[in-house]
Parts: sequence; C-alpha cells; structure tokens
Amino acid sequence: MNSILPIFLTKFLLTVYGLYNFTVRYFREVFKPPYEFKETIKQFFEIGNKSLGLVGVTGFIIGFVLALQAIPMLTKFGALSLIPSMISVSIIREIGPVITGLICAGKIGSGIGAELGSMKVSEQIDAMEVSATNPFKFLVVTRITATTLMIPLLIIYADTIALIGGFMALTILNGQSLQLYFTTVFSALTFADVIPATIKTFFFGFAIGLVGCNQGYNATRGTESVGIAANVSVIYSSLLVIIIDMIAVQLTIILF
Amino acid sequence: MTDINNIKEKSLKAREIVISIEHLKKTLGDYDILKDINLKVYRGESLIILGKSGSGKSVTLKCIVGLMMADAGKVNVLGEEVPNLSFNELQDLRKKVGFIFQSGALYDSMSVRENLEFPLVRHEKLTQDEIEKRIRKVLSNVGLEESLDMMPSELSGGMRKRIGLARTLILNPEIMLYDEPTTGLDPATSREISELILKMQDKFKVTSVIVTHDISCAKLTANRIVVLRDGVFAAEGSFDELKKSGDDFVKGFFEDIF
Ligand SMILES: Nc1ncnc2c1ncn2[C@@H]1O[C@H](COP(=O)(O)OP(=O)(O)OP(=O)(O)O)[C@@H](O)[C@H]1O
Ligand SMILES: [Mg+2]
Repeated sequence: MNSILPIFLTKFLLTVYGLYNFTVRYFREVFKPPYEFKETIKQFFEIGNKSLGLVGVTGFIIGFVLALQAIPMLTKFGALSLIPSMISVSIIREIGPVITGLICAGKIGSGIGAELGSMKVSEQIDAMEVSATNPFKFLVVTRITATTLMIPLLIIYADTIALIGGFMALTILNGQSLQLYFTTVFSALTFADVIPATIKTFFFGFAIGLVGCNQGYNATRGTESVGIAANVSVIYSSLLVIIIDMIAVQLTIILF
Repeated sequence: MTDINNIKEKSLKAREIVISIEHLKKTLGDYDILKDINLKVYRGESLIILGKSGSGKSVTLKCIVGLMMADAGKVNVLGEEVPNLSFNELQDLRKKVGFIFQSGALYDSMSVRENLEFPLVRHEKLTQDEIEKRIRKVLSNVGLEESLDMMPSELSGGMRKRIGLARTLILNPEIMLYDEPTTGLDPATSREISELILKMQDKFKVTSVIVTHDISCAKLTANRIVVLRDGVFAAEGSFDELKKSGDDFVKGFFEDIF
C-alpha cells in the first residue's frame, strides 16, 4: 500500500474505523427481529463458564495480597482497622473491574477472535451468507450482547471473591472477625463508588466482544490469520479496557 | 448427425437462461484472475467448468452468488443483476441458489441435525415435525440417515461433502453451484456423489454448474463443458466434442480416460 502514513498507523486507523462500523451495525441489528435468543443465551453461559475459574482465582489472590501487603504498613501507623475499608474501596472502584476486564480481554477476547477467525477461514461464515441467513446477527450480535451482559457479572463475582480473599488474609494474620469485616466493607462504600464502577463494566464487556468479533469476522485467508485475529483481539481489547477505565475515572470525578 | 445437433442447439436456445455472465472481470491482489468471462446457463442443464488449479473457478462461482463482486461486467442470475442488489434482495436470490463449498464448510460447532436445520428454521415457518421430516428426507437422499446426531469432526471427507450437499438441497434451490464436489475422494465415493448430483437433477429439475477436475464426474454429469484458461473460457462443447479436441490444453483434462 502506498500511503503517506506509516503502515502500523494505517492499520491502527483501519481497525478503529472497522470497530466503529461494527458498532453501528450492531446497534442497527440488535433490536431488529428475528432475535437469536437461544444462541445469545448459549454464548452467555459459555463465556461465563469458561472464565469462572480463572477470574475467581485471580480475584481471590488480589484480595488476599492486597490485605497482606497493607497489614505491616498500616500497623506502623496504628491504622489496622482501616484495612477493610481500604480493600473494599480499591477493589470495587478500580482493581476488581480493571484486572478482571484485562483477564477477560485475554481469555474471552482471544477465544472469540480465534473462533470466528477459523469460521471465516474455513468458509463457514460465507456458507451462512449464501444460505441467505445473517451471520452477523447469529455470530456477532449474539456474542457482543453476551459479553456485554456477562462481563459485569464476572466482575461482581471477582469483586466478591477478592473481598473474601482480603478477609482470609486478615483473619489468618490478625484474627479479624467476619461480621466486623463485612460491616466495615459495606459501610465504606458509597453510591459514587459502586454505580460508576458498575456502569463501566458494561462498556468493558461491549469492547471485548466487539474487538474479538471484528478481528475474527474480518480475518483474511490462511490458517495464520486465525492466530493473528486472536492475538490482535487481546491487544486491542486490553487497550480499550484501559482507555475506557481512564475515561470512566475522569467522568466520575467530574460528575460525582 | 448435424440435424440432431441442430435440434439440440435449438432446444437449448429456446430454453430459459438462468445465469448470464458478460465480460466479467475480477482482479485479486495483483493478478487479473478473471479477464473476460462470458457464460450462459440454461434452465435444467448441467454445465461443467474445467480448469487448472488456481485458474479462478471458485472465484467465478463466488461472483455468481455475490460472495465476491465483479470488478467489471454483468452477472445476471434468475433475472437479477447481482452487483446491484441490496442486502435483502441478494438474500432472497440466494434462497434459490445453492452453493456447495469446495471445503464443505460445515458448521463445526453444530451437529449434522443443527447444520441442516440452520437455514431451514430461519427461512420457513415450519413445525418441529415438518423440520424433522425434511431433515430425514434429505439425509436419506444423500444416504446418510445414521449421521443425524454426529458432529462434523466425526465425519469422513466423503460424508462431509454429502452433508454439505444435503444442507443445500434442504432449501430446494433452483440452481446448484458445486465447487469440486468429488475432489479428494476415492473413485467409488466420487462416483456415488456424481450419481447423486444426477439424481438431484432428475428428481428436482435443478440447474447445476459443476466445477471439477474429475473427468469421470464430468463424463457422468455433463450436458455441456466449458474450459477456463487464463481468465477466459477457452473452449466449449459436449463431453464427446471436447474429448476429440485438437487443443493440447483441453486434451490434458481427458488424458486419464481410456
Ligand atoms: N480472497 C482472495 N484474495 C486474494 N486472492 C484470492 C482470493 N481467492 C482466490 N484468490 C486467488 O485467485 C486465484 C484463483 O482462485 P480460485 O480459488 O478461484 O482457484 P480455483 O480455480 O478454484 O482452483 P482450485 O481448483 O485449486 O480450487 C488463486 O490464484 C488464488 O490465490
Ligand atoms: Mg477452487
């Protein structure tokens, strides 16, 4: 390609344009019957199922380590009783959503990219098209809807386990009582912590589904393009998760 | 002899043209794959496209069904100008045109039953019973009733081709486009598939366009053969006419027939 822009920039801009196109097409088709309910539900559970273990383990470790590291430091200031509130606010607002979002970008984003990529390369998507069905609706709309709804749930699940992880560390090292821990955890949280943090997770989910589908659906010919689709999906969806988070934080500061 | 040929010609001329391609041109990457394709396909006939690997046979079929768009020229299918159609119009046309992929293109994540159901439940309002009946019927047509609940990964190459055929037949298309239906199969299975194509044509009066290198398949199924070479159709005729051709390139395809 002869262009004034360097190749990577051209590619980047093309991808951004492709994502924009996909978003427009998604919203045009998602509310138009016939709906692929069955497939959406299937994708929803499949995505959840596949990530439950990984997300749970990471969540637990995050909470556990967070408490573990806070204990010596806050003991020095005599502020041990602040640990539950600190854990709660940092996990719910930031660490839980972002880390889970990034893990899902890796696990779910690459999975969708590879699956649709191999369907494209083996002409299955073309086959749907020539049988006069709508592969975009069946493959893309269902998956984006599923990730948009499932990833917030996974994040809530990860947050919960992270809080439990934090409790485990505290109770093992300091004999923290369960009741006091959770009372402090919940009283530390305000509306302005929970709502924006939850809203942004839907955008994470949407971005991850969108990128994976876009890369897979537009894979070119040849087996190596399946790998590329999976790979690039991870890169772009992780990037998007971080960018969305940054925007969300700014907006939260302005609005709340 | 000439009389018979004349009559044959005349009856062909009188028949309805279902696919008409004029001056089709298609460039992919840096190569002019198709340079000037002209073709008429008549209702009910079975046309074979011969050509070397990589000569653009699959590309030609894909242009007919709108999976690839011509760079120039006209592609008219069942009276519709394919490049001008809107998405919905194209979908309506595609319901009448079946396409058998070279690779089979079965949906890996679905069982044979789901593969066959996939287009059916999305086009027609049928009860569960009717769907079941259609599936059983089309499976018995391709002789694979027992594979109903298998996954594509459990099927052999020949079975995959036949299920691919069944998935297309279940919509009762008027035109069937076969992309190498017998390639990579043993002679016996390959003959079975050729006979299946003939049977479908007989039974449902479909028009078939068959891309193949397999000369015995061509011999069985062809009413007419065209030879694709360097982006144009270089020769045309019945099986016997082309077999006697003086052209070395054309002769090359008929060599393994004794
Ligand atoms: N999507 C594509 N992008 C770029 N080039 C392509 C594409 N599809 C096909 N080609 C090229 O077009 C040429 C013709 O391809 P085509 O698949 O039509 O060959 P064919 O005649 O069907 O061969 P075969 O008998 O091996 O199937 C090949 O050189 C191929 O590399
Ligand atoms: Mg081919």
